[in-house]
Amino acid sequence: MNDHPGGAVLPGEAEQPQTGGWRTGFMPQVDLTQCVNCLLCWLYCPDDAVRLDGTTFVGFDERYCKGCELCAVVCPTNAIAMVVEPDGD
Amino acid sequence: MSRLKNLVRTENGTPPLRAGHSLCQGCGIPLVVRTVLDSIETPKVVVSATGCLEVATTRYPTTAWNVPWLHVAFENAAAVVSGVESAYRALARRGALPQDGPVTFVVFAGDGGTYDIGLQALSGALERGHRFVFVCYDNQAYMNTGVQRSGATPFGASTTTSPAGLDALGKIQERKDITAIAVAHHIPYVAQAAAVHWDDLSRKAERAAKAEGPAFLNVLTDCPLGWGHEPRESLKILNAAVDSCLWPLYEVVDGNWRLTYEPKRKVPIDEWLRGQTRFAHLLRPEGNETAATIQRRVDEDWAALRERCAT
Amino acid sequence: MAIDTQRAQVLTGGEAVAHAMRQIDPDVVPVYPITPQTPIIQGFAKFVADGRATGEIVNVESEHSALSAAVGSALAGARTITATSSQGLALMAEIVYIAASLRAPIVMAVGNRALSGPINIHADHSDSMLVRDSGVVQLFAENAQEAYDLMVMAPRIAEHPDVLLPVLVGQDGFTITHSAEPVELLPDAAVREFVGEYSVPFSVLDLSRPSTQGPFAMPDSYFELRYAQTVAIENARRVIDEIAIEFAELSGRFHPAVEPYRLAGATRAIVVMGSTAGTVKDVVDALREEGDRVGLLELRSFRPFPREAVRRALADVRCIAVLDRSDSPGGRPALFAETVGAVYGGPPIVRSYVYGLGGRDVHPQDIRRVFRDVDGAGPETQYLGLRRNG
Repeated sequence: MNDHPGGAVLPGEAEQPQTGGWRTGFMPQVDLTQCVNCLLCWLYCPDDAVRLDGTTFVGFDERYCKGCELCAVVCPTNAIAMVVEPDGD
Repeated sequence: MSRLKNLVRTENGTPPLRAGHSLCQGCGIPLVVRTVLDSIETPKVVVSATGCLEVATTRYPTTAWNVPWLHVAFENAAAVVSGVESAYRALARRGALPQDGPVTFVVFAGDGGTYDIGLQALSGALERGHRFVFVCYDNQAYMNTGVQRSGATPFGASTTTSPAGLDALGKIQERKDITAIAVAHHIPYVAQAAAVHWDDLSRKAERAAKAEGPAFLNVLTDCPLGWGHEPRESLKILNAAVDSCLWPLYEVVDGNWRLTYEPKRKVPIDEWLRGQTRFAHLLRPEGNETAATIQRRVDEDWAALRERCAT
Repeated sequence: MAIDTQRAQVLTGGEAVAHAMRQIDPDVVPVYPITPQTPIIQGFAKFVADGRATGEIVNVESEHSALSAAVGSALAGARTITATSSQGLALMAEIVYIAASLRAPIVMAVGNRALSGPINIHADHSDSMLVRDSGVVQLFAENAQEAYDLMVMAPRIAEHPDVLLPVLVGQDGFTITHSAEPVELLPDAAVREFVGEYSVPFSVLDLSRPSTQGPFAMPDSYFELRYAQTVAIENARRVIDEIAIEFAELSGRFHPAVEPYRLAGATRAIVVMGSTAGTVKDVVDALREEGDRVGLLELRSFRPFPREAVRRALADVRCIAVLDRSDSPGGRPALFAETVGAVYGGPPIVRSYVYGLGGRDVHPQDIRRVFRDVDGAGPETQYLGLRRNG
């Protein structure tokens, strides 16, 4: 609860629930030698879980990735594969 | 600068819709939201109707929105934005806006909040000529409440209130042509788009935002849960919708119709029906006639649209 | 309250409210027509067309959209006023609750009219009663002067930082909206200064502070968010009286939440809201002339219900007749129920009378009958002016 009238919520004050727990044991992994920085994975990810540095692909955000595989499907060079998660979560 | 890189640049490190929401794995809606909002250069203010997007992104006390965002009710998003936009103009006239400069008002509503319960408010706002972009993320049913049929549900689709069964083959009515209804209001910009053709959608969003009056975008958006497919199949399925000409991509600029995409090869409707359990009954013998009717109507509508766009 | 007839204009309640709106000059006015509020929106539209007001009129396609647009504009930092009656308020009802929960300080002028069915366009309080649980402030005017005065006061009540709620200013349909009376208008500049500048804590147009408004709340937070509205409307008790005092200093006219009239030493009293209070005042004067000790407690604020003030005012009255211009089939009429609750535990007998539904006129002889019969036997709720046996 905050004190803002009407229940107004400011993004800077609000938590972001970590939806990484939704994954069912698989997460995306990229082969950087194949990545051409097309940014399609960034666009298609419903959960903003593709990290960029400027317009360069950096990695996936495990805290939020729900494991939907759209990044792997959309990648034009098949650089992304879904792999079993190390901790078998 | 590629269009996609431009979308990244527009975000400037702050996505309009950020992580932490509870939309389904592989939900098609965020792609629409991100593509549309990042294709608009000006600051944006978003009004949402009740629905999946609204519920899943604003569970109190969290929020996934980094832009000003307002939700009031289900049927009135277009009326609410009419008020916001009128306030903007009134305050601008007397130099009382908190910041100078243009703002683009964007409404996101599902098909229920556009075709059905939202139609009155939408029609009124279009008729009055408010300057805003109305985006319908059309996943063809009331998904948030459990996949009930809407005026956007296509003929033959099985939903929880138009189920296929031993004695029924899904929805018996054809869906409304909401895009044509919008065109009939004589607004400057109307377009039909699909999430998978993001480049086309991005151009349309850009044009919509620049229209000097109301703009309406109807965007086919997949729902893995409601349509009955794995999230990873969504691109294939949406491409089938577009390439079968079931969901043509076009725009109407000041009343002039123009196709923005023609498939190199028009694929049979089966490629659209095949991957979704909501159409599974149509691929069995008892559904053949319905499937054939769908194919025929798609062909007729496509021919009519091509003719309309040719003039 | 004496009106200076040298300075007064002859105006209907509707026209008077249109003048109040002209002088307040709200930024946005989303409206949809319905009898008997139409003189309000038509009057204001003419002022704008003649350059005497600058408000952006939005002629929406239904009342539901009128209030929806009003919420949008109020939360976008624009002072917003709308007007409605009866079915229009009923159609707005969904949004009235939401406007209160979003703390949108919208002023709503209501030409109180009966709810259908059957369809009826005349004076009745059932429309306001439909939204009595919505959390909005509800005021009732006795005459055209009060309708004007309360409209001028309303933005200050609505926009007060401790309140931030919609305020309904009700005036009886036709009886006040369409009847011409002497009305003293304040100077334009005085109204402008009295209402001041509009602001909300989180404007939707403030790009430097993006906010999410209208959230989805689960059982873990809905209750607290709703309770915050109760706190706000409880604050309105104090604010209404503060603004009334400030307005009295400006105008010489004082309209507190309750107004006792010749209650001192009264053995019987009527509690009522709206135009009928005027009729009751005349009858009280006449009966007092005859030596009959009767009085009136006029309520101007129905929400928040001024229970302490009502309890104190009626503490020494043996018998009370509560006149409701609305009914609650199967239950108790609203004003009666509130009044009983307020005086519970005290000495008085409290009786309920439903009167004037659908514009049925209330005559002095009806009021005399109430004073005569109220301490006798009879059913808890009686119907004043109802024709029995068809």
